[in-house]
Amino acid sequence: MSAALALAAAAAAILWVLYKAFGEGFGRSGNVPQFVVVGLNGLSLGGLYFITASGFTLIFGLMRVVNMAHGSLYLLGAYVGLGFTDDGMPWLLAVVLAGFVVGTVGLVMQQVFLRWNQGQELRQALITIGLSIILADQMVAHFDPTPRTIAPPSGLTGSVDLGLYGLDYPSFRLFVIGAALLVGVLLWLLIKRTRFGIVIRAGVDNRAMASALGVNVQLVFAAAFFLGSALAGLAGVFGGTVLSVAPGQDDKFLLSSLIVVIIGGMGSLAGAALGALALGLVEQLASVYLPEGYTNYSILLTFILLIVILAVRPTGIFGRSE
Amino acid sequence: MTRYRRAWTIGSRALLVVGLLVAALVPAFFSTYFTGAIAVKVLWLGLAAASLTFLSGQGGMVSLAQTALFGVAGYVTARLMVFEAMSPWLAAAAGVGAATVTGMVVGAVASGTRGIYFLMITLAFAVVAYLFFSQVSTFGGHTGINGVFAPAPLDNPTLKPTAVYYACLACCVAAYLLLRYLARTPFGLALAAVRDEPQRANALGFDVRLHRTAAFALAAAVAGVAGVLATWHITSISPGTIDVTRTIELLVVAVIGGLYRLEGAWLGALVYVLLDTYTRGLSGRFETWIGIAFVLIVLVSPGGLAGLVARVDEAFRRPARRRRRRRRRRGARGVLASWGRPAG
Repeated sequence: MSAALALAAAAAAILWVLYKAFGEGFGRSGNVPQFVVVGLNGLSLGGLYFITASGFTLIFGLMRVVNMAHGSLYLLGAYVGLGFTDDGMPWLLAVVLAGFVVGTVGLVMQQVFLRWNQGQELRQALITIGLSIILADQMVAHFDPTPRTIAPPSGLTGSVDLGLYGLDYPSFRLFVIGAALLVGVLLWLLIKRTRFGIVIRAGVDNRAMASALGVNVQLVFAAAFFLGSALAGLAGVFGGTVLSVAPGQDDKFLLSSLIVVIIGGMGSLAGAALGALALGLVEQLASVYLPEGYTNYSILLTFILLIVILAVRPTGIFGRSE
Repeated sequence: MTRYRRAWTIGSRALLVVGLLVAALVPAFFSTYFTGAIAVKVLWLGLAAASLTFLSGQGGMVSLAQTALFGVAGYVTARLMVFEAMSPWLAAAAGVGAATVTGMVVGAVASGTRGIYFLMITLAFAVVAYLFFSQVSTFGGHTGINGVFAPAPLDNPTLKPTAVYYACLACCVAAYLLLRYLARTPFGLALAAVRDEPQRANALGFDVRLHRTAAFALAAAVAGVAGVLATWHITSISPGTIDVTRTIELLVVAVIGGLYRLEGAWLGALVYVLLDTYTRGLSGRFETWIGIAFVLIVLVSPGGLAGLVARVDEAFRRPARRRRRRRRRRGARGVLASWGRPAG
């Protein structure tokens, strides 16, 4: 019953958007050009959400650790990347190094605070909340809290002609979409096609059995935590280039990661991709296509999206019930 | 053993009575500043934290939504009073009602999940509520709503805080007695059963989600009362009162006090507000120290300060050998440990 209602509401929302976008025909004077730009904004925002949330869901999927400091790691990556590019380092190198630095921070965090209380999920979540308080305050202390933006790499500063309706679009945002796809494909290959991925999947399915078969589960956990944190740091540099580097972004991206994985299903990579896409598109489309005077309420739509998904599938779209 | 048990019960009740007496005498013995700025805040912050302690202790639900629900009540009351010129009491009732209804909806959504999932969904709600109130102009946007003056005896919290203080104290005592009484009613016992063994409780015919939702709505009402009192005390409300920092602050208060003893909420609030008032200036990095203290409490004593008292009780009650065996069987002590089992 609630599922049917939810699906009807979703269908109505999609029809409304399509009507607003294409109701006046496909001509240059209609609403299609706006729809293209807004759609691309949604896609690039979704890509950013995906890179952030993929690390979050990877850590959760393997270790059942909800890393509430994931947003802090994101912001730390942004600050580190900003520092590197300010020193004249090429953007691409800064991304890789920021990912490495943040991955190391995450690894230390896991080894010191989380390794010995495996399985006490709530306690681990509370510990990471405490760590995020410390990290947020220390970042305010050590980095300039005025909002800044990271300069995009030299080839991607301007806009490109889309060849559609004569529209220009920032080339770096297109680059974000491509990077998200690349991260997704690489992670998918890593998990499905490599020995490390086999071990990870074995650890997710049955930790005790994998351990009994001679897999060094602690090593796998450490590697996965490093990778997940590094992805947060990486996303921080991307986000710092598209949006801004400022205190408060940590909470924003922790929230987006939470919503993405709740929608998509905890621990699922495909779910994270779908959830990120849904969240990015809903946020951007809602800010334009809500009726006049109600655009301020677009943030509520995010929560409604969450409720709708949970009503249909309580464990998220690709979530497995335990 | 029974004699000891009785002595403990009498002792702990006597401690509560002494605590209440001290609380009742605060306006007489302390300065106007202390009563108005610190003691009143301890009471409403403790009340909000108590709603979280009730949920986590009795219902096994660690909720991060309490600050947001607190804000819903405060915002609705403030808006009705300032923009619609409604009678303050009616506005307060509407505010608490709005918080309860919101709590019912959020509870209904979140009740299907447990432990960390519950934590995440309630956090998502909290952030969405914050963004909503900071963006929507009908609620004042970024500035919030100012000039929310409480009805006559409570309208001057800075210079004449006594009435405000006793009003808050009365609300706190009432909420404490209600929540404590509730734990012994059939509903409270069923809630504890749902907390410990959801599947068995379900098999015995208890509607798990309904019990959780009802408890969540009740806690939302308590948080709502705290929100109205806080708004009247500060005479304004702004998005800054319900942002993520405040959400985490309430969790810190509840964890310091202990996540499963109701009295702990006010103890935690007292410790937190005193630290916040008197030590924030000592070190430029107050938040870092609070974070370190929080991590230490979660690592060392998951029961918080109130949990230390319970530990002393346990140490007296059982011979050492039995205690060790029991601890080994249950793993680390406290609710936090018992939530380590996989959900379901």
